[in-house]
Amino acid sequence: MTAERSLSAVLNVNDEERAVHLKPTDTLLFVLREKLGLSGAKPGCLNGDCGACTVNIDGLAMKSCLMLAVESLNKKITTIEGLKGTPIQQAFVEHFAFQCGYCTPGFIMNCHAMLNTVPDANDDTIAEWLNSNICRCTGYQEIEGAVRSIVKKNQMNRKRP
Amino acid sequence: MLSFDFDYYQPKSIEEAVQLYHALDREEKHPLYYSGGTEIITLGRLDLVYTNAVIDIKAIPECEVLGTQEGYFVTGSGLTLTAIEENNGFPLLSKAASGVADHTARNKITVGGNICGQIFYREAVLPFLLTDSKIVAAGMNGVRTEHIMSLFNKTLRLKKGELLVQLQTEKRYLNVPYRCVKKRPQWDTGYPLVTIAAIKAEEGIRVAFSGVSPFPFRSREMEKALNENGRIKERILASLQHLPKPVLDDVEGSSEYRLFVLKNTLFDILRELEEDHR
Repeated sequence: MTAERSLSAVLNVNDEERAVHLKPTDTLLFVLREKLGLSGAKPGCLNGDCGACTVNIDGLAMKSCLMLAVESLNKKITTIEGLKGTPIQQAFVEHFAFQCGYCTPGFIMNCHAMLNTVPDANDDTIAEWLNSNICRCTGYQEIEGAVRSIVKKNQMNRKRP
Repeated sequence: MLSFDFDYYQPKSIEEAVQLYHALDREEKHPLYYSGGTEIITLGRLDLVYTNAVIDIKAIPECEVLGTQEGYFVTGSGLTLTAIEENNGFPLLSKAASGVADHTARNKITVGGNICGQIFYREAVLPFLLTDSKIVAAGMNGVRTEHIMSLFNKTLRLKKGELLVQLQTEKRYLNVPYRCVKKRPQWDTGYPLVTIAAIKAEEGIRVAFSGVSPFPFRSREMEKALNENGRIKERILASLQHLPKPVLDDVEGSSEYRLFVLKNTLFDILRELEEDHR
């Protein structure tokens, strides 16, 4: 049990221990961007609707505007900066799955979590997960194409002896 | 960004949480139990929620239980909606949970938070109303178990400082025929125009609603009318005489349109359930 108006904490972000001074009311999004300099998670609606701020917490997609930073203590936080050359990042490039790019980190973090959880996701699963993110440039077809290409690769890899 | 500060507590037992609530209340800190916290954060940002202390219940083991215990399916209040969906031990609850917000948000929203929240749809309560589930609540006088129908009237009527710990559903209800249909104005996420959940119990069909009124409800008068003899359309019209008034009339849809959608959706559900002879 703790009761602190402000506390020094260590967050595990992208496999690094990051010391930070935070208030219990600070959202994880705020701490990532303003205190740790990780600006990949984007502030959009700040209301849990748009998904631009999505990160992974212990492998789960999470809207960082809906989570207090203090809740992420002792958890593994992964932001877009922590993904390096993952298949879904490459697929986004190959399928031109972005236009202005503002929503892209959130989409990629959600897709990354989905592909780790459901590697052979069907169209219904893909649609259900992607409904968590909004792209105002309406580039949904290309994003779905990028995700499907990885699912297809996963399925082909599994068939190989 | 919240415009106010609060203290954050994470008790590890029910007793600790309840005592903490009352101690903080005596200090006029307006404490709130914090589960998923999504509503506290989003409404707090708009100054529609205010507190000086939150008590995070996610480290309390009893609030994280999910599974069968002594003839009941037990759902801990601190469980996320995706955890419930993936477990699927209570299929109607999984279905109702899967309609709330979106997949990522459901990684954070908890069943207890949805039921006790200010946002009035509270769709996760519908399966518990239909199955006469029991509420396990903890207060200064200990833990009590009550039928949900005696505690839920528009909102869950817990005493001040009481903590919703668990919901207990008799196992015999887990596999009865059911339907849960959420109709939105458009798209696949968002608030409902109407949500109807129904089960086919031994004595007949039970129905519960969200989005029709500014509170979820189950109406025994409506169920009585729906289970009379006669044509489905006539039974539906008779049941609507017992609908709580007024029907919602807002940006999601006019009251007339809601009633139109309600009637047609109810028709489909009744026809399907009456043909389901499991």
